Amino acid sequence: MTDPILSIRNLTVDLPKGGDRPHAVEGLSLEIMPKEIVCIVGESGSGKSITAFTTMGLLPKALVPSSGEITFDGRDLLKLTPAEHSKLRGRRMAMIFQEPMSALNPCYTVGNQIEEMFEQHTSLPAAERRARTIRLLDEVKLPDPERIYSSYPHQLSGGQRQRIVIAMALALDPALLIADEPTTALDLSTQAQILHLLKELREKHSAGIMFVTHDFDVVAEIADRVVVMQHGRIVEQGSAEEVLNRPRHPYTRLLIDAVPRRTRVARDSLEGSAEMLRVAGLEKTYHVKGSMFRPGRTVHACKDVGFAVRRGETLGIVGESGSGKSTLVKCLIRLEDPDAGQVWVEGEDIAAYSRRALHPYRKMIQIVFQDPYGSLNPRRTIGDQLVEGPVNFGGDRAEAMARARELMKIVRLDPDALNRYPNQFSGGQRQRICIARALMVEPKVLIADEAVSALDVSVQKEVLKLLNEIRDRMGLTVLFITHDLRVAAQVCDNLIVMQQGEIVERGSVDQVFGTPSHAYTQKLLAAQPGQDWEVPDVSKLPPATGVMGMGGLA
Amino acid sequence: MTDTTASESPAMTLSKAAPKEAPLSPRQAMVRRALRHRGLIFGALVMGIVIFIALCAPLLTQYSPYDQDLLARMKPPVFLGGEPAHWLGTDALGRDFWARLAYGARISLMIGLLAATISAVIGSVLGILAGYFGGRVDMAVTFLINVRLAMPVVLVALAVVALFGGSLMVVVSVLGLLLWDRFAVVLRAATMQVRKLEYVAAAEVLGASLPRVLWKDILPNVMNHLIVIFTLEMAHAIILEAALSFLGLGVQPPTPSWGLMISEGKEMLLFEPWLITIPGVALFFLVLSINMLGDGIRDVTAPEGRN
Amino acid sequence: MLLYILKRLGLAVLVALTVSALSFSLLFMAGDPAISIAGENAAAEDIAAITERYGFDRPVLVQYADWLVSAARGDLGRSWYFDLPTTEIIGDRLGVTMTLGLLAICFALLLAIPMGVAAAVKPNSLIDRAALFISVVGQAIPSFWFGLILIVVFSIKLGLVPASGSSSWKHFILPTVVLGYYATPAIMRLTRAGMLEVLSADYIRTARAKGLAPRKVLFKHALRNAIIPVISLAAVQMGFMLGGSIVVESIFALHGAGYLAWESISRNDLPVMQALILVFSMFYILFTFLADVLNAWMDPRLRVG
Repeated sequence: MTDPILSIRNLTVDLPKGGDRPHAVEGLSLEIMPKEIVCIVGESGSGKSITAFTTMGLLPKALVPSSGEITFDGRDLLKLTPAEHSKLRGRRMAMIFQEPMSALNPCYTVGNQIEEMFEQHTSLPAAERRARTIRLLDEVKLPDPERIYSSYPHQLSGGQRQRIVIAMALALDPALLIADEPTTALDLSTQAQILHLLKELREKHSAGIMFVTHDFDVVAEIADRVVVMQHGRIVEQGSAEEVLNRPRHPYTRLLIDAVPRRTRVARDSLEGSAEMLRVAGLEKTYHVKGSMFRPGRTVHACKDVGFAVRRGETLGIVGESGSGKSTLVKCLIRLEDPDAGQVWVEGEDIAAYSRRALHPYRKMIQIVFQDPYGSLNPRRTIGDQLVEGPVNFGGDRAEAMARARELMKIVRLDPDALNRYPNQFSGGQRQRICIARALMVEPKVLIADEAVSALDVSVQKEVLKLLNEIRDRMGLTVLFITHDLRVAAQVCDNLIVMQQGEIVERGSVDQVFGTPSHAYTQKLLAAQPGQDWEVPDVSKLPPATGVMGMGGLA
Repeated sequence: MTDTTASESPAMTLSKAAPKEAPLSPRQAMVRRALRHRGLIFGALVMGIVIFIALCAPLLTQYSPYDQDLLARMKPPVFLGGEPAHWLGTDALGRDFWARLAYGARISLMIGLLAATISAVIGSVLGILAGYFGGRVDMAVTFLINVRLAMPVVLVALAVVALFGGSLMVVVSVLGLLLWDRFAVVLRAATMQVRKLEYVAAAEVLGASLPRVLWKDILPNVMNHLIVIFTLEMAHAIILEAALSFLGLGVQPPTPSWGLMISEGKEMLLFEPWLITIPGVALFFLVLSINMLGDGIRDVTAPEGRN
Repeated sequence: MLLYILKRLGLAVLVALTVSALSFSLLFMAGDPAISIAGENAAAEDIAAITERYGFDRPVLVQYADWLVSAARGDLGRSWYFDLPTTEIIGDRLGVTMTLGLLAICFALLLAIPMGVAAAVKPNSLIDRAALFISVVGQAIPSFWFGLILIVVFSIKLGLVPASGSSSWKHFILPTVVLGYYATPAIMRLTRAGMLEVLSADYIRTARAKGLAPRKVLFKHALRNAIIPVISLAAVQMGFMLGGSIVVESIFALHGAGYLAWESISRNDLPVMQALILVFSMFYILFTFLADVLNAWMDPRLRVG
């Protein structure tokens, strides 16, 4: 058996005093073998990224490793001076980051930035450096390496930039590659390409890969071994097959159980329900203004969009970034005026109504946004924000307050919390408040615009459940906008797939997932990670064992 | 839920071993940070003293700032061997220096406050409208800002005072009309940022009228910028008034203005440097305290709500 | 690109026009200009003659149009005091002011950028505190008073440099320090804040993950990005400083355009004042334009589409 490339023993990293816990990482031990992909999984705040940064020696100054050892190349990394650690970085260990859009310096060409690796760590002549850089660009499958070489980062897409970062990391054939959520910020199809690339590179190079992620689908796609972390501790580790299919620790089970199933929860038929919302021929074009050196351009964000939703139905609108789904939403809630087309709500075409005429219809369509931190005014109490709607539509404040207390109970929050401010709530709680706020005006249609995308899986599950419950209880029509096919499959009745402003596919969830007709839909479905993994039914597993840390969710 | 009172002393909360407390409201958290901010405390303290002196000037000295006593000219202050009767000495016309300094604080503070208020109103209305509406409104406001920035402030102010006379009203209005640019620039940018946040969209979707959105959702969230710029421009106006008066084109003698006092002392620069030092130091500390107050406010009202 | 520059130029002309119209109406409507020329106690027929000669009885709009037409031909009117073309008088004085402005901005940049960078690299260190001190004091100190204090200390007590005049390079030392120090706090703060922001940027983490030497991370990757807004601020400050040189020039009796402005105001020489306001605003407009171009030249995101 070969020796591990990296071996972490009993690592503890302290948090600054006054935090909610004393250690960011506590008593952590793990090993990574050559050619092995070890996934570290956990929700936000679990300490997974801290582990990666400690190994790289890139921890923020406030965090200090207080005990343990990290053996790499026969040396304890924690005992190295910053200069010695710096010499290992890039040459023996390299890193790929989450945000490809900001990971490259905007002032230099990508060729220059890759070549820096050779400049710093080798004494190769300039011509050789350039040749190697071009070869790297080719290896990470970037088209036209010569052109890419002299491009600036802003001229490349997110996926292309991530390839540049990977090329940079591979430049000197490091023994250890650390990838911190490298595909989280990417579209589904780009993610699939990057994951594929990483698997391929693992074959060609001998590096061991530490892959930090929160997404079990990605784990299923790529991992050899899995380490599950919670609150800075490892709660479970083992082979991917074992952990994914037979998780032992209650926390792992909880996480896996929260992964949305690809199958839909069976529902009553919607036959005979009245049509609630109909959109026809909706068009929207944007003119992007040019700058000193760039001509303006025109973006056709919505092209002849049309669909109908019935009362009690959940319609999923699926698409990658730039598909026009956000523009569609803005036109529906009339933050933007559509250029053409009709929007009927209960038989009334409101698309061309003026602001004034629209006012009474505004409450019919309400929305829950993606960012739980941006969608509540930090300077107003929750109660004040909840009664905003009814008061605007001429309601009585005291009555509205009573209804707000009612709704707080429905979204499972303490009604007494109405006089608190948003900063006193967690992300999941805020999303529930936003749902309550939307429901205050008794809308007919609720738009959930990526409403669960920013939440941890376990929280996501709760909010999804709540949304379904409310829909059934109040007979709401829901438009569910998402880029996440799994979530869409689970909560929607019917689906629309959008690409570049157009609807390219529509049908029931089973139709779209089972027999997709459009090439783009097929491509999207094929790009989903971890398709071979069937999420196990944790209730059928033997009782939880091997409790290494504290179980349960706080 | 427990309500932690805002007046609770920071020392107490620090000494406690930080048990799980009920989360603070934004205002409470801000007051706590303010009480721990040394610059802010210093600024508030010094400014408080100057305000006190300005308000209570008649109680703090028995002299009038205008009464000349030609027999008691150029008396040095006590620390340079003068007499306690005029503890800061007297000027070239025998006027009590302390009385002129104390009454001069009124002029400085009044001009600072009034001019900054005028420019705050102009600048923030323009900035918020430009930031909220964008498009043509923004273009028009940006043009106005450019025009304003292209006008040399000191030169225009001097010319106006020379043509219209150096009354307090003229000085306040000309400074108020010239110093609104920073309000407009900063509030425009801040409003653009807030406008993009989803709670503004949510309020619109919930049927809030435009004035209501501006008043309830935009203004409170750009208020911290407004206050910070207000302190900066107040300090700016005070310095400019002093400079105008120094050049002989601000408020006119015998009004006790600190700038005028420095200007009058300039003639005796060689022999009696304290004549310019004392009002200069007073001016410096007033402006310093206002700036530190502003910086402190910026620090303690830094974006909250986002973790 | 060309279209953009044309647009930008058009805007600049529009701004200059508005400024000139504003200042013209302000200056020539604030009283009877004929009385200003003839003096308070002049005889009625003298005033009438002057009104006749300069055409003050015409509507202001006509007078402004008249001024504008000659301004377009490069004639900014004649000084009432010297009875010489204003362009000639201002041209004579502008050299001193430009020299002072350039020296001052160099002084400010040389002081502010190294200190700002050092302060950002080691927050809360001694140098950070020193930088903070310099900028806080610089913001609060009235420049006319600071000038006087420098004169007392360096000219009168120590006798190192002359207190007033503009005949040798030594005369420029104190004014440069005063005017430069006036511009320092803003530049220093922006450098420090910009560096702090850039140092926490993702691409700096990438550079460190590549194992680059700290010096290279700092200068090649961080400073290059942080310096862009500083350069454009400096250009704008330069525009401000020319207009603000009036105070400094009058303290040090430096015979530049600012000093001329002060003299003209006390002499009621409206054509010179009007011309000076225009000239100073043109400089501001020019420098902001240069700032934009520099910005675009330094930032590939603006340069390469």
